[in-house]
Amino acid sequence: MSEAMDFKVIGTRPIRPDGVDKVTGRASFGADFSLPGMLEGAVLRSPHAHARIKSINTDKALAAPGVKAVVTGADFPQVAAGAIEGGEGGGDFADLAGNVIARGKVRYHGHAVAAVAAQSRAQALAALALIEVEYEPLPAVLSLDAALAESAPLIDEGLMTSGLPEPAAAPSNLASVIEMGNGDLEAGFAEAALIIERRYQTPTVHQGYIEPHACVGRWGQDDQAMLWCCTQGAFDVRSMTAKVLGQPVGSLKVIPSEIGGGFGGKTTVYLEPLALQLSKKSGRPVRMVMTREEVFRATGPASAATIDLRMGFSSDGKITAAEAIMAYEAGAFPGSPVGPGTMCVFAPYRIANFRIKGMDVLVNKPKAAAYRAPGAPQALFATESAMDEAAQKLGIDPIELRLRNAVEEGDSAIYGPKFGPIGLRACLEAAAAHPHYTKAKDAGVGRGVAVGFWFNVGLQSSAEVHINEDGTVTVIEGNPDIGGSRASMALMAAETLGVPYESVRVVVADTETAGFSNVTGGSRVTFATGMAVVEASKDIIAQCCSRAASLWSTDEDMVEWRDGAVHPRPGVNVEATPLSLKDLAGQAGRMGGPLLGKASLNARGAGPGFSVNLCDALVDQETGQVQVKAFTAIQDAGKAIHPSYVEGQLQGGAVQGIGWALNEEYVYSPDGIMENAGFLDYRIPVASDLPMIETQIIEVPNPGHPYGVRGVGETPIVAPLAAVANAVSASAGVRMTELPLSPPRVLEALDQA
Amino acid sequence: MQGFAYEAPSSLEALRARLAAAQGAGELTQVLAGGTDLLVQMKQGQRAPGLILDIKRVGETQALAVDGDTLVIGASVPAAKAKAFPLVAEAFPGLAHAIDLIGSSQIQGRASLGGNLCNASPAGDTIPALIANGFEAQILTAEGLRTLPVEAFVTGVGKNALAAGEVLLALQAPVPGPRSGDAYQRFTPRTEMDIAVVGVGARLTLDDAGVIASARIALGAVAPHAFLAEAAGAALVGTRGEPEALEAAAAAAMEAAKPISDKRGSADFRRRICGVLVKRVVAQALERCTTEGAK
Repeated sequence: MSEAMDFKVIGTRPIRPDGVDKVTGRASFGADFSLPGMLEGAVLRSPHAHARIKSINTDKALAAPGVKAVVTGADFPQVAAGAIEGGEGGGDFADLAGNVIARGKVRYHGHAVAAVAAQSRAQALAALALIEVEYEPLPAVLSLDAALAESAPLIDEGLMTSGLPEPAAAPSNLASVIEMGNGDLEAGFAEAALIIERRYQTPTVHQGYIEPHACVGRWGQDDQAMLWCCTQGAFDVRSMTAKVLGQPVGSLKVIPSEIGGGFGGKTTVYLEPLALQLSKKSGRPVRMVMTREEVFRATGPASAATIDLRMGFSSDGKITAAEAIMAYEAGAFPGSPVGPGTMCVFAPYRIANFRIKGMDVLVNKPKAAAYRAPGAPQALFATESAMDEAAQKLGIDPIELRLRNAVEEGDSAIYGPKFGPIGLRACLEAAAAHPHYTKAKDAGVGRGVAVGFWFNVGLQSSAEVHINEDGTVTVIEGNPDIGGSRASMALMAAETLGVPYESVRVVVADTETAGFSNVTGGSRVTFATGMAVVEASKDIIAQCCSRAASLWSTDEDMVEWRDGAVHPRPGVNVEATPLSLKDLAGQAGRMGGPLLGKASLNARGAGPGFSVNLCDALVDQETGQVQVKAFTAIQDAGKAIHPSYVEGQLQGGAVQGIGWALNEEYVYSPDGIMENAGFLDYRIPVASDLPMIETQIIEVPNPGHPYGVRGVGETPIVAPLAAVANAVSASAGVRMTELPLSPPRVLEALDQA
Repeated sequence: MQGFAYEAPSSLEALRARLAAAQGAGELTQVLAGGTDLLVQMKQGQRAPGLILDIKRVGETQALAVDGDTLVIGASVPAAKAKAFPLVAEAFPGLAHAIDLIGSSQIQGRASLGGNLCNASPAGDTIPALIANGFEAQILTAEGLRTLPVEAFVTGVGKNALAAGEVLLALQAPVPGPRSGDAYQRFTPRTEMDIAVVGVGARLTLDDAGVIASARIALGAVAPHAFLAEAAGAALVGTRGEPEALEAAAAAAMEAAKPISDKRGSADFRRRICGVLVKRVVAQALERCTTEGAK
């Protein structure tokens, strides 16, 4: 891309196309859809964290009033192991199927055991109580230490650790090991004037999306099926559901609703295969909607993690060596995001000598799902806490310490590739100059700094651009709009075509209407699907130029696209008035037919996203309560297509990260039952807990995108954990290494200080 | 949630008669005011009444007035209305604050102090404030009326002193005199939409010389029900609320507290926060004795 682009609509802040429907309540979400004759489905869930299923008897439930179908694990095919491609969480199809409905064994409290479809929800719930399940309870494994203990009960008796130098000798709860390293670790530590060595721990947390999972499934007599659901990726729902049901992908059509939040948690399936199987058995459409309690007990969460970190520093603050041993809870099936965690843990810094080991560990908790920058918040909480402590002990300003080690364009990332243009240094410099950082702190307040990082991804996207007969524009794409992406697509189409933003409508289409697109995740939509929209718009421009040239009886290279119309090139001697999109669309019936531009691509060149967060916090020395007094999020967006929605991402990520730092955690009973499965006792922050989250967008254009975009959705949640913890540590006068920083934990630390 | 019958009698006599009939017929009856606890409990399957008696049309339950030197708050008066009543706002700022902590603005439009009290949650915010302010419960019985101090009305987790066929009609308390002030504070991890880990209410009255003449301290969430911590109040009487007096009151409160450990906090944590809050609440009430309360 060119260095300085003169944008007409990109960078402006128009109203989002879906805004009116959402604020008036007209927008249709997952639970809003209904069909004639529809049944209501409900799920019987395991009352044990770990148990063998000895028998299931559904006879009484089937005979209950209104009940039309009951399914158990026996109604689903055995699914062969195979990697899930392109999803955000990754994982394996066999595990996915095992998580959708238990077979032989329940692996967590809340694991689906059976499902019922009845004429009313009350009838379905009554029937659940009539299903007789005989369990043989097994000891529950609820922590990393317990899972890795010598004599730990096995959650999956056949699980052999992958990634070891030698094949594993016996099954264990350790699903996989990842190791990477470079240089001479011990020589690096020998060189160090200061070594920070600590264990950092983060709890199991939930994404906390406001809309519970919901779907309607309809199985046709011709074995063609339809699903209406709230999801981050209709194509992923299609491939996963087809696999769990043993059906060809082409037999299933998925229609995404509006989505009330996902944050990575809606990149997999839970209810969808159950609804379709119930529909197949009953011959009727089936709606399934989770309660909030079910959302907590059976979906999400983000992995709890324990990270043993060791970092060495020279007296002038250069990192001489770094080591991280990272164990992440996968939940009941393999697939924690420890992989990305290992790649992120030292990514912001130049480190010659390092060693990183990651472990994916099974515990009797719900299967972990993606949550915004999966694996990175835990990892950077450790590193950025250690950086803060090092700055303190070395007497170096914390931003300056990071500047002395920050990666720049041309550096090799510790996970392999060379960085292109990146904004870490620009973010750090902006933070150092920010009024939040330069103003004096109030009495007792601690100030924390932390860096955030996420790779961002590209993956596959498609888009179509249709020019209507009056010159208005319809964009068709397949990525559910979570964070304002319709507005961003419309802005990029309008910019490329040279038409007003208001003349572009963006449609998020179903799996039979839009071309294939990977999930809305990985901060990839504005980047990759945006690139497809730009290319499809350019396809339109090429067609317009060709038609104009033919109309003017000249060559295509004699004309050019400018200000939304075809013009003869300067100096070309053609008697012609410029032809706009409207002119050409109006004549489509006489010259080549409808104007339809297309693009499908596998986007490369996603630009990594760096951020710096500043937090002021005040600890109540008598109660341990933390007040966040000020928070500033600074992040490189490459180019902010719609700055308001970039700011929204920065603010939303900050708030979720603050919640993760302060009060969010799963509280388990000793036998593995979550005790706070509701928003009263699972405490996401409320508005009155928060200061205004100030934002500053840095723009270091990404050369891999026509307008310089880099993804912005995930990086914002990475830095807040350490930014808050560093501020709290400063205010409390004691180093906090375990989240959440709830009042009892802070008070305990104050006692020991 | 199962089906149920709904009726809304419009007089005391009709309410009493319907209750008697229901009792005779063995109908599982539940009284409804705002329903902010009841409906949630029914949806969660914790209660399945056959008959719901809505008392909002019974005039006595909607009273909100000063009768001589007594403040009367009908049992079904919405919390938002009670909070905005001038005397409550002026002379009972602690109670007003406690009411303001109930749920959200929307919830306060439905929830009632009477329902909050009958629900008898150990962590209910208004109950310690009511106890500290010396409120009495006025109860409709089969034969007539009876009254009971609020501290005697709550008897356990979710349990109250109402006998079968009885209904809470109203809450009443003496209008405070000069040099008097109340306060309520609770401790929650979040600022709003949360449930008390500890709640403390206080009402203090000073004599002409500025010495504490009476002190009522009530504690919530540190026992099966909210209660009057008499020793904590006694530790303040005869003092001017000096730091040592506050420490003594806090120590007495911590001694009286019998908290449990649960997902909302350990017993030790609760006891400790209880001590901190007693000092803060007494200091705030004391300040109100010499400012707004001293009119």
